Amino acid sequence: MNDEPEILFGIYCPPHPQPLLSPDENSGYRKLREGFETCKKRIEESGADIILVYSTTWPSIVGHQIQAHPNPTWTHVDDDFHYLGSMPYSFEIDTEFAEKYVECSKERGLHSRTVSYDGFPIDTGSIVALKLLNPENKIPACIVSSNMYANRAETIVLGKAARDAIKIQGKKAVVVVVSSLSNRMFTEHIDPSDDRIHSAKDDEWNKKILEFFADGRLEDISQLSRDIHNQIRVSKVVAYKPAWWMAATMGQHNNYEGEVLAYEALHGSGGAVIMLTPSKQSVGDKEFDEDDVEFYQGDRDVLSQEGI
Amino acid sequence: MSKGEIVLGCLAPHPPHVVYAENPEQNEAFAEGGWETLRWGYHRLARKLKNIDYDAMVIFTPHWQTYIGTHFLGLPKFKSKSVDPVFPNLFRYNYDISVDVDLAEEMKSAAADAGIITKMMRNPDFRVDYGTITSCHMLNPEWDKPIVTISSNRNAHYYSAEVMNEQAGALGEACAKAIEKSGKRVVLISSHSLSHRHFVTESPLPEDMSREHIYNHSQYVWDMKLVELMREGKMKEVIDIIPEFTEQTIAETEAGGLTWMMAAMGFPDFSAEIYGYQSVIGTGNLIAAWDPNSATREIVL
Repeated sequence: MNDEPEILFGIYCPPHPQPLLSPDENSGYRKLREGFETCKKRIEESGADIILVYSTTWPSIVGHQIQAHPNPTWTHVDDDFHYLGSMPYSFEIDTEFAEKYVECSKERGLHSRTVSYDGFPIDTGSIVALKLLNPENKIPACIVSSNMYANRAETIVLGKAARDAIKIQGKKAVVVVVSSLSNRMFTEHIDPSDDRIHSAKDDEWNKKILEFFADGRLEDISQLSRDIHNQIRVSKVVAYKPAWWMAATMGQHNNYEGEVLAYEALHGSGGAVIMLTPSKQSVGDKEFDEDDVEFYQGDRDVLSQEGI
Repeated sequence: MSKGEIVLGCLAPHPPHVVYAENPEQNEAFAEGGWETLRWGYHRLARKLKNIDYDAMVIFTPHWQTYIGTHFLGLPKFKSKSVDPVFPNLFRYNYDISVDVDLAEEMKSAAADAGIITKMMRNPDFRVDYGTITSCHMLNPEWDKPIVTISSNRNAHYYSAEVMNEQAGALGEACAKAIEKSGKRVVLISSHSLSHRHFVTESPLPEDMSREHIYNHSQYVWDMKLVELMREGKMKEVIDIIPEFTEQTIAETEAGGLTWMMAAMGFPDFSAEIYGYQSVIGTGNLIAAWDPNSATREIVL
């Protein structure tokens, strides 16, 4: 067995439904849709065995939840953008991979479980991504939640567990992270034709992150996650986690070929479709400050008497 | 037409565990019981509601989270299955809900007149959130009254808990005006826990009460402070400290429900009826009610 998992490439894409439901209401939405379509074509040509999705719009509390229903089917409606229409879906899930991912997570100290229930509410971001990237279910998928309390160590270990599972099963994987860049939306309803990034500051930060992505500097973005969270993320959750998970899953280095396929506003937030393909070329490691972690140790009973 | 009025305000937490433990026919999961302190408190409050003449329940829920304004359910019927995304092992509930669309429209208009961004939700495929279902089921398991669900605009995420407090208060005042204009007798429901830090693991048997306790003592002390103020009828003071309480205990008051309800009721200066307090997966949950009618107001606990 190869020592490294076979990860063909990674995709970073936005969770909002406009590229799926209303791509022609703004030329930017259409460009994002075209970015998704480029990725879809690359996936179809890649020979991938699995699409593994980490979605920031699927929050979990009890550990890490991994979708394991073989054929989740429902019609979803977004909480905010319900007026854009419904999203019927029927996905093919790689249940064996889901079980293995749970097993690998537990081996690294994480609390993790599969979910397999008829009618389970798959989140908007996962639905948008899978319907646009894999509309005919040609490749089985798996989806992992984003625990709302998890911070860096836990998220990195969750990524490494995904890497373990991919390696053990010998699957060729496409890794998909569903997340905005800046995530501040306009707080009022707008004419889609007037859409723009909420502020110049958000736009500047987004463009800086996109420079890093274009240079293949995934680990550097991961190392800068706390800065990114403080600067351009509203305080819904404790941290900006998707780059941590993406780097830990794909490989914690900067050896990638990056392609920014689209960057546009989605009701004020920063939406980008990006591809990262493992490469031998690297700009070098420039932003390595934080330690790596292999196993999750829990909260270490910091509040108990024993811990004092 | 006589003026409408708010006949009761209820703080009604929505951990799906309480519905799970009741084993209603609508829920697919089966439990051996659990969380009796909360459930029995709910039963008593539900009995009180049976003796109150009202036309509709209006519920403000943290689990319909909107970032672009405040949204209102805007179709007369919703029938589907609600599966809790966090506790799908406990809550898979088949619901058939009637909505008082006229009242929802009036509230929407009043809120818009007050400068609040609003939207009616008219997509028939929309799934009603489990917060609405849990609180309403526990208060009225017969589902024989129409409801209005109001989404929680997440001002605390975008701005601060102070901004949330101001906005939720303005929404409450607008809803009170709409209720008065409607001529209807309305029960308000603020659906949330108090302190809201969860354990991130679950015992093999979720209803194993030997494992249930508050996440930490700080959460408990804060929760009890609020209960004390509620008993003393100091609801303006409670709302004034809600931003700090929310920050200190990661409280579910961040969504604005309690502020909305208290503002709609004019910040009661009479004692709350306390029906029960218990932790659920570490969170602090209080069932309380504010009865504007002094003749029927009780000391429950």
